[in-house]
Amino acid sequence: MKNSIFASAKKGIVSAVKALLSNKVVLMFLILCLFGICTTGKPLSYTVSEVFTRFGRNTFLVLALIIPVLAGLGLNFGIVVGAMAAQISIFWVVYWGFTGIGGLLLCFLISTPIAILLGYLVGRLYNKTKGSEMITGMVLGYFADGLYQFLFLFVIGGVIPLGNSSLLISGGVGVKNTIDLAGNLKYSLDNLSMLLLVRTAAVVYLAASAIAMIVRLMKSKSPDVKKTAIKMAACAAVFGLTFIPAVSGFMGTDRLLLLNAVELASLAAVVYAAGKFVITKLIQKQDVNAKRLAAIAIVAVIAYALTYIQAIYELLTAVLLPVATYALIILLCVFNRWILSTRLGQNMRTVGQSRTVANSSGIDVNKTRIIAMCISTVLAAWGQIIYLQNLGTFSTYGAHTMVGQYAIAALLVGGASVQSANNKHAILGVVLFHTLFVVAPLSAGNLFGSALIGEYFRVFVCYGVIALSLAMHAWKTVIKPKVESTRVESKPPAEADTVETAKQ
Amino acid sequence: MSERLKSLYKAVGLPRLIIFAFFVVVFVLAGIYGLGLPSLMGNVLRRWGMYGILVLAMVPSIQSGNGPNFGVSLGIVCGLFGSLVAIELDIANLPIFESHPQIGAWASMLFAMVLAAVIGWFVGVGYGVLLNHVKGSEMTVSTYVGFSIIAFMNIMWVTLPFTSGDIKWPIGGEGARNTITLENSFRGVLTDTLGFSLFGTEETGMYVPTGLLIFFFLMCFFIFMFMRSKKGKAMSAAGANPVFARASGVDVDKMRILGTAMSTALGAVGIITYAQAFGFLQMYNAPLMMGFSCVAAVLIGGASTTRAKISNVIIGTFLFQGILVVALPVANRILSGTDLSDIMRMIISNGIIIYALTKAKGGAVNEE
Repeated sequence: MKNSIFASAKKGIVSAVKALLSNKVVLMFLILCLFGICTTGKPLSYTVSEVFTRFGRNTFLVLALIIPVLAGLGLNFGIVVGAMAAQISIFWVVYWGFTGIGGLLLCFLISTPIAILLGYLVGRLYNKTKGSEMITGMVLGYFADGLYQFLFLFVIGGVIPLGNSSLLISGGVGVKNTIDLAGNLKYSLDNLSMLLLVRTAAVVYLAASAIAMIVRLMKSKSPDVKKTAIKMAACAAVFGLTFIPAVSGFMGTDRLLLLNAVELASLAAVVYAAGKFVITKLIQKQDVNAKRLAAIAIVAVIAYALTYIQAIYELLTAVLLPVATYALIILLCVFNRWILSTRLGQNMRTVGQSRTVANSSGIDVNKTRIIAMCISTVLAAWGQIIYLQNLGTFSTYGAHTMVGQYAIAALLVGGASVQSANNKHAILGVVLFHTLFVVAPLSAGNLFGSALIGEYFRVFVCYGVIALSLAMHAWKTVIKPKVESTRVESKPPAEADTVETAKQ
Repeated sequence: MSERLKSLYKAVGLPRLIIFAFFVVVFVLAGIYGLGLPSLMGNVLRRWGMYGILVLAMVPSIQSGNGPNFGVSLGIVCGLFGSLVAIELDIANLPIFESHPQIGAWASMLFAMVLAAVIGWFVGVGYGVLLNHVKGSEMTVSTYVGFSIIAFMNIMWVTLPFTSGDIKWPIGGEGARNTITLENSFRGVLTDTLGFSLFGTEETGMYVPTGLLIFFFLMCFFIFMFMRSKKGKAMSAAGANPVFARASGVDVDKMRILGTAMSTALGAVGIITYAQAFGFLQMYNAPLMMGFSCVAAVLIGGASTTRAKISNVIIGTFLFQGILVVALPVANRILSGTDLSDIMRMIISNGIIIYALTKAKGGAVNEE
């Protein structure tokens, strides 16, 4: 038994290393980051806590890119448009004077229809430029920026009179360069307490499952009462648990210490492994992959044990996680996985692989692509709201300009490509890319005595990695038609037509 | 009659009609507001010559089948580098030119141009090899290659060991300045040659930068002649129909490399022409979006992403720059105290590129 566990663990590690080695971009970044971390001249806890802050801020935006890749639209440079929708809604919410979580929810509410409309328009445009969506998206970003500036510099105050708001330039026409979010929206999501979060989630779940059961009863399908009842009871128990003073005291805060997060995660992993084993093996009497579960439990225990090492302990106690933001990121990861299992997700995947095949199997290609764009744009808008509420200052004309570039670069750094991307790529990418972002100026300042070099270097890396990955993608796709065209050339009559279609 | 009008409308295209109408409207408005039309016209002429060669750089790239060269920044940084070397060596003020400062300035500019064009040519060959490997996505790749090279050269501008007082910051600061004056080298060499004013004095009249315009038209003529030569025709064929060209014995890949190299070298010469008229070298991120403006200008002139003519360059640059120059004071008069020109540049230039992209492939071909 013991040997087999080790063998399975070894196999896992070997395959992980192999996957890492096969992806040169990830490896290169890993080396760059490690080198950077070693040369910052600052304590490690500084870098780590910076990276965690940036992770919470940016991951949602990066995850918004995954669905278009799935639907074959490539890297969606058009998320800039979603960011603009978010910023329009933030401006109005701040202007109306809403604050806190209420204001934030209003932001989400206003930005969603705007983003859906814009996403629809972008989708229509992409359908007209099939095959060159990426360059279209890029140019579209700049085009939309022009319209956005027109809106904020002339229309607001000029066409729509706003009176004497402190948000406007002194003449009363046009919005100021920066809007301070401190005191209204700053940390409005990050500051949500865990207690509120858990209780809301429990109530929502209870209500939803109750409604679902009633609906199924009305449709005269026999619902699985026993199973649902157990789930609802568990949920109610969790709800009840939050009223125990010790628990509510622990969960009353809005930030979770990284140390506690690791402990909780280890506990959850062990409980999951044990529970799964017990339920499948002993109750359902089915075969179970015991080795895998054991490996999970062992890794969790090791992770927990590591927290007792002094250096790691200090690191873990230096970082505070904003729980609500991280919860939203996890939810989006789940959503990205869930959508694959739906009919829509399957359609998107088919469209992404071959529009011709999708069309002949009765999928409305254009509609599917537009839906993918709408989802991505809405998610981007929400991501930008999360980003800005964490940042705390809203630079009216600059906040959206680099959104697309940075998000795409981060996704690519994580090992994604134009044709395939998933949650793992996004998460790994954000960690690596933002580590480099944090350490590059520090290291360059330390090594060359010039922080400027580091700043330019990280911008270069951002553009360079996009250029590299686009070139590599195009390189691969060009090789295929070439093979076809040489094959076709031996059959003269069909030559010209076939090669033409192969090119498209 | 209506048939002929329709075909004319088709040939000109809706966006060009809109832009032309817009140009006429702002021009008339400028006249109504009394904004000094002669001096505005002079400004248009100057900008026409300034940007002309950069826009001309699009022609070989489009004709050889590489699409509009968004990566013209590659040529631009070569031009900047050539100019920096010319300033660093202080060619304009060498002892042999002591009695003829004008000749010194010319020598300095020509040195910069030749050096930049040669470097640009070699860089362009390498760039062309890359583009041959990414056929079908040249535009996306070239945009990001352009961005990367600007970011890379930013590091270079900070680290290269220049010693000239014009290039370095006077006190403190690292590397080259943001804007480097050409006062002591080749400022206005082309612009002021044979320049004269019409309809008034130097300030209020229409200043015609004869030398600059002659140089621009001369370059256009060279490219025109090249395009009509055997090699130029082979290049156009390679771009128009690669399969047919290959069948007729044209080395398509080589022609595409030639087109890219020419485009890059022209970009290098173009930025020097631009800088001498402007009076300053703009370093760092200033040329980042220049490629987009150039692409937009040639598209406004009637080019598509697959075909371009010299006339497209001449007309397009004039219209695009004309609108930007004339509309600025008009907009300032209508909406006082605000700067519309940059917003307008963004909307017009990117709007026309998007329009050209939607026309390029005709949309849904694969499903039907």
